[in-house]
Amino acid sequence: MALALQTYATVKDANAALKAAGTRYLGGGTLVVRAANEGDVSVSGLIRSTEPSLSTIAVAGDKVRIGASVTMAAIAHHPDLDALAKAARAVGGPAIRNMATVGGNLFAPAPYGDFAVALLALDATISTDDGDTPIETFLANRDGSRAIVTSVSFTLPKADSFRFLKVSRVKPKGVSVLSIASVLERSPDGTVSSARIALGCMADRPMRAIAAEKALTGRSLTKDSIAPALAAARDGTSPITDPIASAWYRNEVLPVHLGRLLLA
Amino acid sequence: MAKVPVQFTLNGSDKAEFVDSGTTLLHALRDKIGDTSPKGGCHQGTCGACSVIIDGELRLSCLTLAETCNGATISTTSGLSESGVLHPLQRAFLDTFATQCGFCTPGMIMAAKVLLDHTPNPSRDEVVEALSGNICRCTGYEPIIQAVLTAARSNSQNAA
Ligand code: FES
Ligand code: FES
Repeated sequence: MALALQTYATVKDANAALKAAGTRYLGGGTLVVRAANEGDVSVSGLIRSTEPSLSTIAVAGDKVRIGASVTMAAIAHHPDLDALAKAARAVGGPAIRNMATVGGNLFAPAPYGDFAVALLALDATISTDDGDTPIETFLANRDGSRAIVTSVSFTLPKADSFRFLKVSRVKPKGVSVLSIASVLERSPDGTVSSARIALGCMADRPMRAIAAEKALTGRSLTKDSIAPALAAARDGTSPITDPIASAWYRNEVLPVHLGRLLLA
Repeated sequence: MAKVPVQFTLNGSDKAEFVDSGTTLLHALRDKIGDTSPKGGCHQGTCGACSVIIDGELRLSCLTLAETCNGATISTTSGLSESGVLHPLQRAFLDTFATQCGFCTPGMIMAAKVLLDHTPNPSRDEVVEALSGNICRCTGYEPIIQAVLTAARSNSQNAA
């Protein structure tokens, strides 16, 4: 069944059109056209907006605002977003990265959405015409969210404080077994003064490893002193089972990969 | 369902068609315009068989709606040969046995073409990365990687 596409110059008009039943927002097409091709009959109309601000990246000092329609390829190539290039390149193959948008990634169900894992570690703010929402709240409520995401904003991590790891069975491009992103602030003595750790594939959407974050605070990054954090890594997880890995396997290997990320 | 006009340049010639709104570019190219070089493998963004080049970037035509391509410049594998002479990539795929059933080949060639357009002398790793969104069930990939490296070498010899 074909879908009717309606294009609006402004987000405001597109938001109004999205009130109609059966409509979905079309970003890069990698989620919604895929769903339609698969026979998802709940999608009967597609709405998109060509408002230019959706496609711009603005970096002012350490503050970054990425329009929701910006692609993974554009992030990976942006000279000021080096720190995030690895996470952007973790998404799909080259063609997918030319299409998949940062806004869409926020809605990608596990095992997809590796970039949103990075955004969760960075404590990003998600903007819509209705206002700004912290990413954690946004992700928790995303299933019912109707307002078009216009941008994501965050503070660029200080040099070397951001780390990202994607584990997949096929190299260089494979679906995630899991992904981990962390922002670790360190005291002058090298101990961790604050930690934010986000996990992908360990639930149906990106989640924080809060127990591991607590167990890491005040510790140095050595094998022995991260042991309590690794022991706490599975706290609250409910990983997906899919053809890539079972929930059991994901839980089993999470501490190993978290350890590698922290000791890298 | 209302028809919508689509108009773009395909392999150097202007094309105009009316399609149902929401038609994928893959469907428009194959079933409306008659360019069957992009293949429909998964329609899910997973296999890369439908890869085409839109305004210089590799895209998946199965996930792209035709009407979003108005005014675009699109290249497919069927536009590569000139006056019956195969493009160096096509020649290299044949010479190195990089094509068996051939289903993945047009997508592989498009992915390789974008790479060589930007990186005329790629490393093996760059070739692997460029082809990483394309699945081949026949060749085991190695002959394809060799074909792209061979085409790059023959290009640079021609330029020299
Ligand atoms: S048919 Fe488009 S990626 Fe498989
Ligand atoms: S040659 Fe058959 S899928 Fe690649």
